[in-house]
Amino acid sequence: MRHTISVLVENKFGVLARVSGMFSGRGFNIDSLNVAPTHDASLSRITAVLKGDEASLDLCIKQLRKLINVVEVADFKEGQAVARELVLVKVRATPQTRSEIVQIADIFRAKIVNLAADNLIIELTGDDEKVNALLGLLEPFGILELARTGRLALKR
Amino acid sequence: MKKEITSPAAFPKAEIGREMKGADAVVECLIREGVDVIFAYPGGASQELHQALARTEKIRTILPRHEQGGSFAAEGYARVTGKVGVCMATSGPGATNLMSAIADAYMDSIPLVAITGQVYSKYIGKMAFQETDFYGMTLPVVKHSYLVMDVQDLPRVFKEAFQIARSGRPGPVIIDLPKDVQQAKFQPVFPPTVEFRNPYAIGTQHASDDQLKQVLGLIAEAKRPVIYAGGGIISAEAHQELKAFAEKTNIAVATTLMGLGAFPESHPLSMQWFGMHGAAYGNWAVDQSDLLLCFGARFDDRITGDTSKFAKDAKIVHIDIDASEHNKNKRVQLPIVSDIKHALTRLNALAAAHKFTPPDTAAWHTQIATWKKEHPFGFDSSKHIVPQEAVQTLHELTKGDAIIVTGVGQHQMWAAQFYRFNEPRRYISSLGLGAMGFGYPAALGAKVALPHKQVIDIDGDGSFMMNIQELATAKIEKIAAKAMILNNQHLGMVVQWEDRFYGSVRGNTILGDENNVGSPDNPDALYPDFVKIAEGFGVKGRRVIKKSELRAAIQEMLDHDGPYVLDVVVPYTEHVLPMIPAGRSVKDMILK
Repeated sequence: MRHTISVLVENKFGVLARVSGMFSGRGFNIDSLNVAPTHDASLSRITAVLKGDEASLDLCIKQLRKLINVVEVADFKEGQAVARELVLVKVRATPQTRSEIVQIADIFRAKIVNLAADNLIIELTGDDEKVNALLGLLEPFGILELARTGRLALKR
Repeated sequence: MKKEITSPAAFPKAEIGREMKGADAVVECLIREGVDVIFAYPGGASQELHQALARTEKIRTILPRHEQGGSFAAEGYARVTGKVGVCMATSGPGATNLMSAIADAYMDSIPLVAITGQVYSKYIGKMAFQETDFYGMTLPVVKHSYLVMDVQDLPRVFKEAFQIARSGRPGPVIIDLPKDVQQAKFQPVFPPTVEFRNPYAIGTQHASDDQLKQVLGLIAEAKRPVIYAGGGIISAEAHQELKAFAEKTNIAVATTLMGLGAFPESHPLSMQWFGMHGAAYGNWAVDQSDLLLCFGARFDDRITGDTSKFAKDAKIVHIDIDASEHNKNKRVQLPIVSDIKHALTRLNALAAAHKFTPPDTAAWHTQIATWKKEHPFGFDSSKHIVPQEAVQTLHELTKGDAIIVTGVGQHQMWAAQFYRFNEPRRYISSLGLGAMGFGYPAALGAKVALPHKQVIDIDGDGSFMMNIQELATAKIEKIAAKAMILNNQHLGMVVQWEDRFYGSVRGNTILGDENNVGSPDNPDALYPDFVKIAEGFGVKGRRVIKKSELRAAIQEMLDHDGPYVLDVVVPYTEHVLPMIPAGRSVKDMILK
């Protein structure tokens, strides 16, 4: 089962290593991981998406709570949180395909943020479903590069 | 965790020190934390700290002969006192040599602060001479750690480190100090208190009376209750409360090895200790219990064997200060997060207030008494000195009043089986990590902490050899810790497994010449000569082979005013029994 773990931590060096070590040391594979400061610059929020069985994840969360620099840990179940991801995707675009790609992007309310002679970069925000749908449609044109923030989540 | 608004007067004042070097501030911090002894081996990156230590009279600095010895000594000190043990080493190899003790303190929840020198901060990450990323290396085995990059942080870091090490479930904290931070001059501000944003960091949780009443309710219905008491009782100094509770509820107690001495073994309700090599009756009682009260223990695999078969008919109550231990290895019916001293104090008070009457468990006690009578710890005597006998004789001659420290292996189990422990902090052993070489240096630490106590390292010839250089520390620092080596010329525990599970094929388990193995029948081949080694270190030693001389030899060791090595030559053929093979259950216990 996929879980979204949100960990509020003190913004100190080494904290990410402690938190990610807690996952890796127990054999969890992290699907995505995002870290950035919160409105309080002394705190950062780590959002991790990972797969694991309920019991070992429960243990992992309890162990995360013991880390001195961890302030709060939450495991968001489906529907408990608003989750979004930001994606930048560079797609091959010739003068012949460009308008079709722009049209697709429009439907998804994605933005064209860079235009070059043979490619363009699209910025999209959305949940997993939306992101995967767009990427699926762009695939035939040729995805050249892709960067994603990983899932971000806040409790409703 | 909202803070109430209070007047400024409610906040204690910070103290501003005179201008000093970072290294002197470190020493100031240690003094403020009540540190009176530090085990420290110098090197380039920690030299400043040693210079600062040389400028104080308040802290005794003991030079071990290997950093690992120093760190085990700090653990020995911590284990017998409950205070934070402190060790120090230089960067790189000095630091990596502390690793085993840090991991050991983590496994056994021992308060330890390990200070390491680090290369100049401008060289960090550049593979400078004697540089290792010690902060990074130790991450999985510390309760917390610091790399101090700004000298101004020192007073706060030290205050936090000691508080973290000793609070809640104790554990090791490392502080890595670049040399330039040690050298920097500044005016330290010593904070009176430190705060943590993690609400669980040092705060202690307490069981509610409602939860505890549930426990009493379960006891009232139980027919075959058992208390399973662990090292948490000792960490929390809750042994008196445990005794009162067991007596009030009339429940028999089996401890873990970490919990040895948490409940007096001479008490009629004691089932001594259980687990892989524990008392058969303790294991049977736990196995057949209908209510298991686990206090301050963690369902280690050496206790449970196959967890699915462990106490399978019992309702299990698990009271522990660490919420992450609940349902970790074994699912339990009633997990309670609490400081065990608080929980037991309240349980006793609630039992008294509600005039709790223990359930009728007479049949159960009769059953336990029968098992106990039929299967006590025992051994067959031989024409030679057998190791169990040596431990038993030591127990008699010290009247059970010594502090026993051990290495790891068969001797460690025999020490636990045949020396009887009626008080906590008397059996000092590396149990979770099982670090060989722990015994003698830890005995030094224990003896430094409690100079008026008889401190004996019951060791194996393999384990003793791993930190034999600490005989020099004992001699030079005048630390009268004794070593009684149960010398069987083999790595006995591994040999036992070879005999039981590997057709007695010896896989590098003979410590001398394998074509001419020393033994009580072949004394000329004994290797090495521990008495001569001791002599080389200026330490008195004696070898004893004849059974008739054992008692006198042990007495001589006890009477000697100084460190002593008693080399007791024993046959390698003895097995530690009972034994529950790893991963199996009580049903598979080997008794003979």
